[in-house]
Amino acid sequence: MSEQDSLWFKSPPPPHHPPEPPVRKAPEMVAITIDGAEVRIPATATILEACRSVGIDTPTLCFLENLTPVNVCRICVVELAGARTLVPACSRQIEPGMDIRTDSPRVRLARKMVIEFLASSVDLSTAPQALEYARRYGADSTRYGTSRESDTSHDRDTRLPGHHHVPEGIGAETVEQPVKVDNDLYVRDYGKCILCYKCVEACGEDAQNTFAIAVAGRGFDARISTEANVSLPDSACVYCGNCIGVCPTGALMFRSEYEMRQAGIWNESKQTSTDTICSYCGVGCTLTLHVQDNRIVKVTSPIESSVTNGHLCIKGRFGFEYVHGGLDQQADG
Amino acid sequence: MDLHFQGPEATPDEKAAVDTVLGPPTSAWSGGARNLEEEGRSTLLGGHAARAERHLLLPVLHAVQSRFGWVPPGALDYICRRLTIPPAEAYGVVTFYHLYSATPQPASVAHVCDDIACRIRGAESICLHLERTIGPEGSGGWKRSPCLGRCEQAPAALVLNSGESQVAVSLAPASATEIVAAKSSAEHVPDGFESLRTSIPQFGDKSLRLLGRAGRVDPGDLSAYRRSGGYAALARAFELGPEGVIAEVLSSKLMGRGGAAFPTGRKWEAVAKAPGRPHYVVCNADESEPGTFKDRILLEGDPFAVIEGMTIAGFATGSSRGFLYLRGEYPVAATRVQAALAAARSAGLLGEEILGSGFSFEIELRIGAGAYICGEETALFESIEGKRGEPRNKPPFPVHVGLFGKPTVVNNVETLANVPLILAMGGEKFAGIGTAGSSGPKLFCVSGMVERPGVYEVDFGKTLGDLIAMAGGVAGGRTLRAVLLGGAAGVFVGPDKLSMPLTLEDTRAAGATLGSGVVMAFDDTVDLGDILGRIAAFFRDESCGQCVPCRVGTVRQEELIARLRNGETLGTHQDELALLKEIGQVMRDASICGLGQTAANAIESALVSLDAWPERKESR
Ligand SMILES: Cc1cc2nc3c(=O)[nH]c(=O)nc-3n(C[C@H](O)[C@H](O)[C@H](O)COP(=O)(O)O)c2cc1C
Ligand code: SF4
Ligand code: SF4
Ligand code: SF4
Ligand code: FES
Ligand code: FES
Repeated sequence: MSEQDSLWFKSPPPPHHPPEPPVRKAPEMVAITIDGAEVRIPATATILEACRSVGIDTPTLCFLENLTPVNVCRICVVELAGARTLVPACSRQIEPGMDIRTDSPRVRLARKMVIEFLASSVDLSTAPQALEYARRYGADSTRYGTSRESDTSHDRDTRLPGHHHVPEGIGAETVEQPVKVDNDLYVRDYGKCILCYKCVEACGEDAQNTFAIAVAGRGFDARISTEANVSLPDSACVYCGNCIGVCPTGALMFRSEYEMRQAGIWNESKQTSTDTICSYCGVGCTLTLHVQDNRIVKVTSPIESSVTNGHLCIKGRFGFEYVHGGLDQQADG
Repeated sequence: MDLHFQGPEATPDEKAAVDTVLGPPTSAWSGGARNLEEEGRSTLLGGHAARAERHLLLPVLHAVQSRFGWVPPGALDYICRRLTIPPAEAYGVVTFYHLYSATPQPASVAHVCDDIACRIRGAESICLHLERTIGPEGSGGWKRSPCLGRCEQAPAALVLNSGESQVAVSLAPASATEIVAAKSSAEHVPDGFESLRTSIPQFGDKSLRLLGRAGRVDPGDLSAYRRSGGYAALARAFELGPEGVIAEVLSSKLMGRGGAAFPTGRKWEAVAKAPGRPHYVVCNADESEPGTFKDRILLEGDPFAVIEGMTIAGFATGSSRGFLYLRGEYPVAATRVQAALAAARSAGLLGEEILGSGFSFEIELRIGAGAYICGEETALFESIEGKRGEPRNKPPFPVHVGLFGKPTVVNNVETLANVPLILAMGGEKFAGIGTAGSSGPKLFCVSGMVERPGVYEVDFGKTLGDLIAMAGGVAGGRTLRAVLLGGAAGVFVGPDKLSMPLTLEDTRAAGATLGSGVVMAFDDTVDLGDILGRIAAFFRDESCGQCVPCRVGTVRQEELIARLRNGETLGTHQDELALLKEIGQVMRDASICGLGQTAANAIESALVSLDAWPERKESR
């Protein structure tokens, strides 16, 4: 028995030439029709991607590139020939031969109604995107009456599923409720929540894997909640702020921003943003520092960043006060 | 996943209730004794193995809810530890189902049906009475409930008394006094199977095929079932082989009886051919469409037929596991199905190598927890998987991606009950029953203001008028004002439609639907506005809340109906009707699932074919 045979493994032969990079197959292209024009699109695309690739701006609220589509807001619906109902562009995969209308009267009505429903039930004052859609589709939320003053409007967190008391007045029920200010880092104003599920996804499988928040309740009373509706400090939250980063309505907001807005000094036109690399650890996350009056007022990360995909941890997101400490010392000295 | 627990420790009682379903804990992490040697082997600890048990969440919540009358936070945390579920998610599940309570409530709660069939038969006066004797609805003790599936004997109530062994008393017809008495009963013996006869006005008719055994053959006696022809179909299926069975079902032209009327054979064929493994069979016994009670009568009266149908479905589609998902409000059906499953198992008709055929099949009973939406097939999967019953977007369809992400055939109880008939008489012959487009016998749930409400079995082709005549016509000889076909998700038709044959093709042509087989009659004394208000409230209560068109649309629809009823319209009457139409349109077009898509149907049909709220007359 030679020495070679007694080894339990054989080392690979030395390479003769450097290995070739793997050949990436060009995606298969399929033909579909969008608004009457035939286009060729990679077979793996969604209708939304197809529309975007030909320059059609499709509204989205619950969709974000870095999250799994939940297709719940239905603002992105398009008309698909042969389908009984409209289909959500954000999640529907294209198929060869699809004939899609993105601006038919049915589509426009659906989009207008979705945004009207939201505008009549949710405070959209800090949701610029949603307000833009409301203008674009001519939404008129006053058609449902003024917001209903109801003595139960503040008990949303404890509402039970199932039977409810039938409305008496003529107003429109809303999700209005007090702002939750229970920690130093961010506030939760669920009166502005459109229930897009993005924060739940960012807290769970799509980014943070902490699962501190989930949807509780049912129907109109469904809401984002911690376990048993405990305050954030008592919950599993680790304050990564990734939920704030994905929230499209300002329902989740930096405490710094919230307080400045309360004081009437929040002024986006005076703000600059600067990209830098987080200095806390070796990962190298891109931080975008939003600065007003020479102070950092919030921190985000670009969704296109290959390191963060837009997500950060507590240090990068909230650990900026020390910068001000330096500034303050300089000012003092 | 990094779980964080902050709540109180579970009490020994709470742990014991959980352990009745999950068994004793095996590690210190999940609340057991410290055992370093065992715990060194990480496979025993949580992780994938525990997460794979997530589907036990509803069963274990039932154990806790029925023991304590609510789900205490300590018990919920302990469950989360055992099953590796984030507590926030588990809380989301508890607060989704209306038979669970995340807040303390009295040990005894009466669920009093105030849905359509019951409110025209005195449900409101029961509620008023309970308000006086027990207290206001919100104070615990009693709650209003959507349809309890006993409309033929309306008004109905279900009393749930928690404790060491839960007592569930299903009352119909119910009176306030009986409800109060039932709230303190510590023991309850349900009526024998013979009592079903009152719900089957045709009882004794020899030609009944689906209802032939109900009320006559003891549903707890497997040999009686076999003596009356049971399990011959399964033996025939084994002779035919899976392809042969599917060929018979295809040639029978059987259409699903759950509401969507999809060809059953095609569904089975797609699952049989689907490459993913394993395959599953699900029997949809969530029956919660207001006005529907046929599946309950089949399961209470002839559970083996449904089990045999499921077993044949399993054989044909290459599945070895089936789930029967029964709504939580059917305690009698639950007991009978559980007993029938045990009997079939011990006779070798379920389990390994059934009848020496080499085919193995197991069926588990799963109990719902109060959510109409869980009858929607994908919401039902989510519920079995231990989640909130939120429907999935389709495609993909269940035949490709169903329960646990695997190819799944899901069929209604009545659909499956037809399967043994098809194999016994042959598909061709079955197709000869009824009409060209609607084959076979069909069960109709006739309720409301007729002389003899109940479940009726007819061959497809009978007209609406025939059926109402069979039920003895309008009660008290009064005038028929309207009929609700297909339940809350169905449509109203006027007396002009009495000559319409109740077939899939004729109802479709008339813009109506058979839905789940509901035929609810209203005479001219009924306050239609009140009925429409209740239907609107039903959808608002039962929307899962996931998508905007349905979550908000059902609320706006309900508000609008309330305005029409009390005459305080916004703008003109015409403006309101136009707005109602737009609300209906977006719900139909853009909702994720059938609930939102049909939530405006009954109301719109009442405006069109019954002329509810004509402009000049104010409310009604
Ligand atoms: C809101 C909603 C509720 C439903 N409820 C039920 C139900 O209680 N029972 C049922 O069999 N099907 C129900 N369905 C239909 C199921 O989704 C599915 O089509 C059916 O179970 C398929 O069985 P079948 O082909 O045998 O009819 C419901 C559908 C929707 C949209
Ligand atoms: S801050 Fe992070 S951990 Fe806390 S709720 Fe938001 S996403 Fe979850
Ligand atoms: S809090 Fe924001 S991100 Fe979360 S569901 Fe509401 S709107 Fe969406
Ligand atoms: S249509 Fe209604 S029930 Fe269906 S998914 Fe949407 S919100 Fe849920
Ligand atoms: S963006 Fe597609 S459904 Fe919300
Ligand atoms: S049991 Fe009350 S309406 Fe069906």
